[in-house]
Amino acid sequence: MPHIVTDKCLGCRFTECVETCPVSCFHEGEDQLFIDPDACIDCSACVPACPIHAIYEDCDLPDEFEHMVEINEEKAGDLPVIRSKQEPLPGAEERKTELGF
Amino acid sequence: MTKLGSESRPLRVAIVGSGPSGFYAAEAVANSGLAVEVNIIEKLPAPFGLVRYGVAPDHPKLKKVTMIFHQIAEKPNVNYFGNVKVGEDVSLQELESCHDAVVFCYGAETDRQLNIPGENLPGSHTATEFVAWYNGHPDYKNSTFDLSCEDVVIIGQGNVAADVCRILSKSVEELNKTDIAEYAVEALSKSKVRRIHVVGRRGAAQAKFTSRELKELEALPNCLSSVDAEEIALNAADDIELADPTNYNTVDCVEAFKRMSEQSDANTDKEIKFHFLLSPTAFHGHEKLEAMSFARNQLIGEAFSQAAEATDSTLGIPCGLCFRSIGYRGKPIADAPFDERRGLVPNEKGRVICDDSNLNRNLYVSGWIKRGPSGIIGTNRADSIETVETLLADLERIENNSKAKADLSLASLLQHKRIPYVDYEHWKRIDAAELLVGKTLGKTRNKFTSVTDMLIVANLDVSGIDYDYPGQSEAY
Repeated sequence: MPHIVTDKCLGCRFTECVETCPVSCFHEGEDQLFIDPDACIDCSACVPACPIHAIYEDCDLPDEFEHMVEINEEKAGDLPVIRSKQEPLPGAEERKTELGF
Repeated sequence: MTKLGSESRPLRVAIVGSGPSGFYAAEAVANSGLAVEVNIIEKLPAPFGLVRYGVAPDHPKLKKVTMIFHQIAEKPNVNYFGNVKVGEDVSLQELESCHDAVVFCYGAETDRQLNIPGENLPGSHTATEFVAWYNGHPDYKNSTFDLSCEDVVIIGQGNVAADVCRILSKSVEELNKTDIAEYAVEALSKSKVRRIHVVGRRGAAQAKFTSRELKELEALPNCLSSVDAEEIALNAADDIELADPTNYNTVDCVEAFKRMSEQSDANTDKEIKFHFLLSPTAFHGHEKLEAMSFARNQLIGEAFSQAAEATDSTLGIPCGLCFRSIGYRGKPIADAPFDERRGLVPNEKGRVICDDSNLNRNLYVSGWIKRGPSGIIGTNRADSIETVETLLADLERIENNSKAKADLSLASLLQHKRIPYVDYEHWKRIDAAELLVGKTLGKTRNKFTSVTDMLIVANLDVSGIDYDYPGQSEAY
């Protein structure tokens, strides 16, 4: 059951998840990251790594994010792999606090 | 600017251990942009550490990470040396004489003791031993477990305990398709085990399972997961812990335990029963394990630091087999520094902290032997990235302290000492043979459990080696 990056990533894009991925299956868009569902080995290392819990295992995905399943697959196909952490977007820390983390 | 890392003087790094942390350290060094030579040294013939010998046979998807390790091993500046034990076949000083830096990534292979009476009774084992045994680790192939008893106790409530539960409760048909050791399926096919008691020292809100592993147990066919409702009552501190937005894993686990407590008896062959707030006080039995005694605990302290405190109340559980699953523990290697209390190599972001007698040695560490035996496969990638960042920042210091001789290579050193090392091409032959034999048996892979057989299949010279498997060679 692959893991899905939801659009909760938008506005923060911490990229803490990237270096915990054992198979480097994250792909980078300008605003958020996406997981290649075919490369994902379901290890769940990324889930606790995200400071704002933007990543879910498919079976735990809240209904309002169902649309992200297809989007991750599609975008991962088009976008390049990201292997190293990057700076979060400006305002990421504030947003994290606002979300209660 | 330092010359080290240039084409005329590549940075030569020895990585001790070929599990995830070792491979990710190799990847980080190889991707540094410098000219490098990376040698991954592994004491067993086969690489991959706990990915091969720890991850449960019924979790094959996790093992796909070996495809990444394969890509790393095939990089032109990365070499694999299996069947080479540092501290025995080659000393740390010898490694330092042909490398600029050494990175310890050898993991944590032994276990923590309970230190209670009767711990060494036959029937008292560690989960690490059981896991290594069913995964075909050459050093554990001769282990035996008395599976003729109906009740098994597992001390500890983490994912290793969950693995042991599944292997003890799954059918032979299911196990037979995996890469589990043949001798293990045979032993498990005769198992009389009916009830597995998984015992935790603290409460339901402190169990260390990931919710996915716990739900996997809940979903096992023919095996009921049960818990007594009284044992999962939450206190005020638990409520605070569960309200924390980062604690979603525990919230899921507590919900799973609640579902289990509300189930009516299902008519299943086997049962996994979770017990909370119990600490083992002794193993009992005449010549072998017959029962264990426990002290009932209560939780004291603030949220997020609640501790188990024994009350006067006690409980006994009859059992013939016990697996303690309270964590792996690291061992020292050669004459490298070691923190006996924490069971790891003392370090600062991966740079080994050396005492006066060891100053000016280019020693680094990553993985479980750096931060302790916690985390999963991917955790080690981030960890190795940090260690190698530290190493690369130290480049000038490394060059000044390096004892590497330009004309000495690890390969020539090992050849001179007549150590039959397994290189990556050799490993590919062993790998192919395991897959081939596995296919004929309807399994994903049939692992060789004899080192000698692996060397034979790799086409290495085994003259002068004692054969290490009683009975018939698997090479036939």
